Amino acid sequence: MIAAFRIPGAGRLKQAETARFSFDGQSYAGVEGDTLASALLANGVHLVGRSFKYHRPRGFLSAGAEEPNALVEIKRDSARKTPNVRATVQELYDGLTAQSQNRWPSLSFDVSAVGDIASPLLSAGFYYKTFMWPKSAWKNLYEPKIRAAAGLGVAPDQPDPDHYSARYAHCDVLVLGGGAAGIASALAAAETGVRVILADEQADFGGSLRFESGAKIDGQDGFAWAQGAVATLKAMDNVRVLSRTTAFGYYAQNFVGLVERVSDHLQNPGRGLPRERLWQVRASRVVLATGAIERHMVFADNDRPGIMLASAARIYLNHYGVAVGRNVGVYTANDSAYAAAIDLKKAGVGVAAIVDLRDNPTGPVIDEARALGIEINFGRAVIRAGGKLRVSSMTVQPKNGGGERTIPVDAILMSAGWTPSVHLFSQSRGKVAFNDETKRFVPGTYAQDCVSVGACNGTDGLSATIDEAYSAGAKAAKEAAVKNAGANAAKGAKPKVDASESWSRGMLGAAPGAGADTTVKAFVDFQNDVTAKDIRQAVHEGMRSIEHVKRFTTNGMATDQGKTSNMHGLAIAAETLGKPIPQVGLTTFRAPYTPVTFGSIVGHARGPLFDPTRKTAIHPWAERQGAVFEDVGQWKRAWYFPKAGEDMHAAVDRECVTVRKTAGLFDASTLGKIEVVGPDAARFMELLYTNPWEKLEPGRCRYGIMLREDGFIYDDGVVGRLAPDRFHVTTTTGGAPRVMNHMEDYLQTEFPHLNVWLTSITEQWAVIAVQGPKSRDIIAPLVEGIDMSDEALPHMSVREGKICGVPTRLFRMSFTGERGFEVNVPADHGQAVWEALWAEGQKHGACAYGTEAMHVLRAEKGYIIVGQDTDGTVTPNDAGLDWAVGKKKTDFVGIRGMARPDLVAKGRKQLVGLKTKDPKVVLEEGAQIVGDPKQAIPMTMIGHVTSSYWSENCGRSIALALVAGGRDRMGETLYVPMPNGTIEVEVTGMVFFDEKGERLNG
Amino acid sequence: MLLIRCPYCEEERPELEFRNAGEAHIARSADMAATSDDDFEKFFFIRSNPKGIIYERWRHMHGCARFFNAVRDTVSDRFLMTYKAGEPKPAKLPGASK
Ligand SMILES: [Zn+2]
Repeated sequence: MIAAFRIPGAGRLKQAETARFSFDGQSYAGVEGDTLASALLANGVHLVGRSFKYHRPRGFLSAGAEEPNALVEIKRDSARKTPNVRATVQELYDGLTAQSQNRWPSLSFDVSAVGDIASPLLSAGFYYKTFMWPKSAWKNLYEPKIRAAAGLGVAPDQPDPDHYSARYAHCDVLVLGGGAAGIASALAAAETGVRVILADEQADFGGSLRFESGAKIDGQDGFAWAQGAVATLKAMDNVRVLSRTTAFGYYAQNFVGLVERVSDHLQNPGRGLPRERLWQVRASRVVLATGAIERHMVFADNDRPGIMLASAARIYLNHYGVAVGRNVGVYTANDSAYAAAIDLKKAGVGVAAIVDLRDNPTGPVIDEARALGIEINFGRAVIRAGGKLRVSSMTVQPKNGGGERTIPVDAILMSAGWTPSVHLFSQSRGKVAFNDETKRFVPGTYAQDCVSVGACNGTDGLSATIDEAYSAGAKAAKEAAVKNAGANAAKGAKPKVDASESWSRGMLGAAPGAGADTTVKAFVDFQNDVTAKDIRQAVHEGMRSIEHVKRFTTNGMATDQGKTSNMHGLAIAAETLGKPIPQVGLTTFRAPYTPVTFGSIVGHARGPLFDPTRKTAIHPWAERQGAVFEDVGQWKRAWYFPKAGEDMHAAVDRECVTVRKTAGLFDASTLGKIEVVGPDAARFMELLYTNPWEKLEPGRCRYGIMLREDGFIYDDGVVGRLAPDRFHVTTTTGGAPRVMNHMEDYLQTEFPHLNVWLTSITEQWAVIAVQGPKSRDIIAPLVEGIDMSDEALPHMSVREGKICGVPTRLFRMSFTGERGFEVNVPADHGQAVWEALWAEGQKHGACAYGTEAMHVLRAEKGYIIVGQDTDGTVTPNDAGLDWAVGKKKTDFVGIRGMARPDLVAKGRKQLVGLKTKDPKVVLEEGAQIVGDPKQAIPMTMIGHVTSSYWSENCGRSIALALVAGGRDRMGETLYVPMPNGTIEVEVTGMVFFDEKGERLNG
Repeated sequence: MLLIRCPYCEEERPELEFRNAGEAHIARSADMAATSDDDFEKFFFIRSNPKGIIYERWRHMHGCARFFNAVRDTVSDRFLMTYKAGEPKPAKLPGASK
């Protein structure tokens, strides 16, 4: 059955191919090829939403991307709910389910629509002044109320199950906009053989040819010509044609972001298809063929459902075969609305009257309308629309005042003229220029290699448009070819325009009846509910710049970005200010042109693909052992290895005790490792670290400290000298990339005279720490070619040899205070060597320990962790590491910064140990420390806890802290105020276990 | 996304491959330890932050990994030229905007 407002035989859709859909629970029939908007209109449905602020009933203003009103929620399933979809863009598919938004309890009865009475409260700048006082009411009253009443749509509450793809593309000529201009440009460019991409946001190419029934090109109907031309382009190897693709952002150096809607129009997209595809295109030349957008008339109650742009009514009729009413009125200030009246009249729709603000315009469309018997009223204004949920009448008055006459209508088609779409041009940082004669902003000064053609360039008429576009396309191809080498002369022929429609001019600002002395609701910005009065009020309240007017009123700040409202708002502000329009200026256009989903921007970079996960060679073994892992940067590190029945606390206590009693194995592979090689390696190390290196013998190690130029600790680690010209440097796990960058920076730019190479070897070596009194017994049986005796391999030394038959760099070093080794083996052999060492360890009762036990063990010995016990404001002296600074050195990075007055002043925060008076109490890391707990709040804080653990080996809690003048406070009692009471602590040295360090050789 | 010409690779490459490394032509004193407080302040803390032409360091992080110098207009974001580390500030700039 054909829908009530579908006109048999009209439009281009196959009316027999129906698609069922539902809107607000009601089932309707549409036609394949419909948009949700055209399908609803075919069923006579105009009321589709409530407005943002006043909850006024709203219908369709447009038939395209500029739609401010008809935003709906499309629901595929419980997770696939998309709010704020423009019904004018959403293509229909069988089974589509849509819902209106911003209304309660229903669309036709919305209790919040009291806005009409309360609206003075919501006038321009209301959120800057109405709810100023008291401050607390914002949080508890105003904000929740406003948020509940205002707002658009509801965000989905489940993770997005769809996937989104992304492509990079390069081309010689990128044509944005697939109307007559864009197609002509693309043809001209493509015929030369250069790489062309043509994109259009609609499902069908043709732009305004979709409704311009009077256009004939190359002997065909304009729309048919467009389809043929696009088919020709699609068949060319050097052309990519993208439909349903919106260029949303124009960035530096002809980099354009486009979103292709791949499957939102399909009933069953299938799992293989992405929902959307992001195209990031770099083009040698860009042709902007973005057209123009019709403006509405600004008059009282111009937002009633059924009032729409004249061109929209033509698209619904000429493309979709839908009449937007049975008895329509037309209100215009230019010729283009006459064409709508003529098309509708010819299709059998009643046209009640044309109301034209102009005094005595002449022209062929006016003659034709008159010949069709349509009533025409010149010099008159529609001063008000009647009806509430649907327009029912228009009240007409001579524009300079006089008797009113009310004409019953069920739709009003309006046109105040056309605004060139300079959005992308403006995003490219081009400067628009105001044409005083045509009253429009058009591209002025270009900032990038692009060109505007057709309506977006202010070019009127199809012939002039095709001329301009065709030669611009050819020129862009030629210029791109010069740059990229190789293009042929154009082979094709320029399309010939046989018949066209032409119009220009119109009006800007409020129409009579909505002028300066009125308080009617004549909407400028439908989506943000901004009226002409609001804009005048903003000026009266002191806003002078259009940017201020915009923010004060929110005109043009909704998701439609003021596509229909900006020029009207500007004109009203200019009139109120008594200034010409160009002096008031246009607001800045920003990306995105239309809203872009987060999904398309994020693409595949989510979940596990958001950031790489790094795992060590030993990771699978740890997993098998039931290790609990923690994230350290991108690394997964074994945190602890619980045995059956153990909680974290029990596991860590056992691991800590076992290491000191027998031995433990620890996966230290994540340590950053850098090889510093070359004849000047030692000199380079002297400059990058505070320590002296020249005299360090090959085969020995040293704990190194790296500063930044400001004198603060940047990184630390043990460095082994393998040979006179070769250092094996270790860094903190998280510091490896920035330390490498820091070293490269100095080597390349400050010390380029040094003959040194730097190589990151973090991933090349797996590192197995074996620590504890039995460590040598565990390693020795597997080692070849290295004398493991204390004399040959003392603490802080390194040897190269073999373990389990594979090469090793064997360090004798300790981060636990026990006799210890770090076995470096090529990463590929890491797991095998670990398993061999583990088997040996089992004979001695050794355990595997994780990062938590490692932290406790090093804290028992007062070894610091850069980034935990230091925070970028700690000097070597603050950390008690003065011994590691070469006193005789004349230069190293940080030598001067370290000597700054504040860094050598008394009373700086210094690292100390803390013991709680109650040994069972474990301090909280980050807790603040005070000297006098009885002082008034806010207390003077003299430091904070940096590390704190339960130490099973010490039988008590231990902590490290940064405390002002800490080393002069040994034995002092300080206080840590906590929510549940104040904790008493004693300041101590940093070493809690084996203070003499005898166990290093134990 | 900007295109930046690496003077070592002699190619224009996308910004993603590069990392900014702060202002260029700030010389580290050969006698650092003897630098006065005022000179150290100028060297370490003070940066020009101009509206217009800035000389800055970039690193071709995900390419040749070299540090180099660039001249950029902070108003238009346009790169006027790039040159190798250690080369002097260019005397003349190509196509500088006013
Ligand atoms: Zn490079």
